[in-house]
Amino acid sequence: MPYIDMDAPGSNQLFIGNEAMARGALEAGIGFASAYPGTPSSEILGSLAEIAKKRDIYVEWSVNEKVAIEAGAAASFAGIRSLVAMKMNGLNVVIDFLSTIILSGIGKKGLVLMVGDDPAAHSSSNETDSRPVSKWLDIPLVEPGDFQEAKDMMPFLYDISEEFGTICIMRSVTRIAHARGNIRLGEIPKVEHKARFEQYYDTAAPMPTPIMCIPSSFRHMFQHMRIDKIREKFESSAFNKYVGPEKPDLLIITSGSGWLYSQDAVNALKAEDRIGILKLGTLWPLPEKLIKTHLSRADKVLFIEETDPFLEGAIMEFAASFSPESKRNLFYGNHTRHLNSFGELTPDAVIKAITGVLDIKYEPRDAEYMKKVEAVPQQYIMDRLLTFCPGCPHRASFWAIKNALAMDGRHGFVTGDIGCYTMALGPAGFFQTRTHQCMGAGAGLANGFGQLSRFGFDQPVVSVVGDSTFYHSIIPALVNGVHNHANFTLVILDNGATAMTGFQPHPGTELTAMGEPAAQISMENICRAIGARVEVCDPFDLKNTTRTMLDLIEQNEGARVAIMRRTCELVRQKKDKKPYKMKIDPDKCLGEDCGCNRLCTRVFRCPGLIWDPALGKTRIDEVICNECGVCADICPEGAITREAVA
Amino acid sequence: MNKLSKDPINLVVAGVGGQGNVMVSLVIGNTLVHDGYFVTIGETYGSSQRGGSVMSHLKVSAEKQYSPLIPEGQADIVLGMEPVETLRVLKSFGNQNVVTVVNPRPIHPVDFTGSGSGYPDMESLLQQLKGMSAKTYVVAATEEAQKLGNAMLANMILIGALIETGLVAISQAAIEKTIKDMFPKAIKENIAALNKGKELASVLQ
Repeated sequence: MPYIDMDAPGSNQLFIGNEAMARGALEAGIGFASAYPGTPSSEILGSLAEIAKKRDIYVEWSVNEKVAIEAGAAASFAGIRSLVAMKMNGLNVVIDFLSTIILSGIGKKGLVLMVGDDPAAHSSSNETDSRPVSKWLDIPLVEPGDFQEAKDMMPFLYDISEEFGTICIMRSVTRIAHARGNIRLGEIPKVEHKARFEQYYDTAAPMPTPIMCIPSSFRHMFQHMRIDKIREKFESSAFNKYVGPEKPDLLIITSGSGWLYSQDAVNALKAEDRIGILKLGTLWPLPEKLIKTHLSRADKVLFIEETDPFLEGAIMEFAASFSPESKRNLFYGNHTRHLNSFGELTPDAVIKAITGVLDIKYEPRDAEYMKKVEAVPQQYIMDRLLTFCPGCPHRASFWAIKNALAMDGRHGFVTGDIGCYTMALGPAGFFQTRTHQCMGAGAGLANGFGQLSRFGFDQPVVSVVGDSTFYHSIIPALVNGVHNHANFTLVILDNGATAMTGFQPHPGTELTAMGEPAAQISMENICRAIGARVEVCDPFDLKNTTRTMLDLIEQNEGARVAIMRRTCELVRQKKDKKPYKMKIDPDKCLGEDCGCNRLCTRVFRCPGLIWDPALGKTRIDEVICNECGVCADICPEGAITREAVA
Repeated sequence: MNKLSKDPINLVVAGVGGQGNVMVSLVIGNTLVHDGYFVTIGETYGSSQRGGSVMSHLKVSAEKQYSPLIPEGQADIVLGMEPVETLRVLKSFGNQNVVTVVNPRPIHPVDFTGSGSGYPDMESLLQQLKGMSAKTYVVAATEEAQKLGNAMLANMILIGALIETGLVAISQAAIEKTIKDMFPKAIKENIAALNKGKELASVLQ
């Protein structure tokens, strides 16, 4: 596989958007990068980590986003170009710091925050649009419209950041960050990084001052002045592009993923001579003169944006300030219901929006083919629910939690968190999880539920978190729970990696992002030091794990902890052979006649087990099964057997 | 770089999470980019886990960078790693000219409940696929891969079959170079699988 730092300027490579951004940061000469993993942003730091030692830069997976941005800012303060990356949820975590660094300004070298948004929430608990933060907090924001721009915008943004002394944001979306496209590589400069903290950065003060956000109102005014200067700069940026006729029947204003979709849609409608597309790459501050020029050339304007109508609102607000003699445009977009302000943008959604404004007919397929499409029997394309991998320790952990809660019998429930185990909302985790919010929320909620016995609440509460989540945001909740005697059980599913986002290390793992030995932080030591009872078990030992879980639940007092420890199956299979040879004895499997109600394929539902309706028995899919052995302990008839592989 | 029979060529790779869908599109995409084409790949996926429907959209052009999603009904080729998923893709992206390459090995969903009707009958499922494609190549990729000793080689068998259709401009030399770059520890097995796929598809020509 090619590395992002390949020394082949001018060559064409197929990069995902995140790799393009990481390459762009290298071409900008960064010396420091920090991040917390989150789809769709993880590959930025991941790809930098692979080459960090070779390129003599420092790269770290920080414990959470807030530490990541503060660490990155320190590098900027000391004169090192610095990149910080996170998904949109992380942006929420760092708002507090952003609200002060826009006042204090940065150091001598640039600081760029890369935020990856996830419209349609493919891998997220929400689909928040990050762009409004730029207007809210006065932060310059750019957004790449294709893969080449994802790379080329980075050096541009570092120059802006340094020239104006402010943090800058690059926002991307899943369809740029996680899509692949062509990148023409540039040069990676050889930078002699020299770090020193000089307390002089302040353009207004005659004396050396600390980097600080006070006096706040004065600095707030100063940030507004910076934004106005940056607006001037953005007016002439080559990242704002226009294609189409001089005076179009319809002007599309778009950014990000909408740029390629709009071109594809206009192309599909064969309307290149009627429709113009203004693509903004520098979104905030708005390049107002450029926008005004284009507005003056068209009557009808359609905003094509993914998720929020951000440009739509900002540009209509700007147009409202025009003098009465100015041209008035007819604006279309989310406010006229031509486009949704939720879910994912697609070429089809853009085609629909355009045909809703202009009188253009579009039939994607002929009637005869559509008849065939409509005749496809629904049962032939049944839904596929997401589930844990075959051999995933989480399936076993939730089996134990489910059985312990059932044995307790007081209608206990799980408060969920963010990771693969979020799927325990559904059949993958036997519907045990009843709340799902943001990172750390399950433990916070458990703190509240755990105080409600005085109001008659008697249900056991189990907060289930992952190992990386534990370090990220659970520790304060556990401190709170022990201190205030909240009644809940915290279960940490320790699979030794940040599995959902691609097996990044965390403070409990052996190596750092750069592959160096890490000081491993023991989660049981932390929990015990806080004062919690801690039990450690192997989820594949269903019997012991269930018993331990039941004992913890029935303690019914204070915050206590179960650590269910077993390596992620996807990590294990890279290192070891399959541990067992699994078999099902068709004579022992009683199928529908067994009293178990097909426990293995109706309830346990590992994808490695198949119900064979012709045979009336369960089979193993030898292509899918990872031979973990757990289902042998589920079958009441002992029909499923595991034989250890030597 | 050869001129394409159509520009862009729209290819959908359809499968189930864990089958190697992303790797298949990466092998095809890398090969074409190194041959000078513009390639855009978008993945529609059910998170990063197993068991959900996964599809990759590839757009290949000699002229420009296209968006990562194919509009409704605009697929030229569907490369199906799993039969139900292939039908699902044809329903949204198929048209009267689409060519389908399909691996008839089912991956059973986990969500059949006691009253579920089970996985569709394979013969009628393949009939559906054929009825919705201008040409269909049924390539027993998993079965052949198991004979080669590793079920994951099914993906390279399918790529071989796809190349054999002649619809994507990939030469033997170019694909072998990609295999050497991407799978340096398993060059021989992958080339053997690739050739097996070509052989299987050539019989169906």
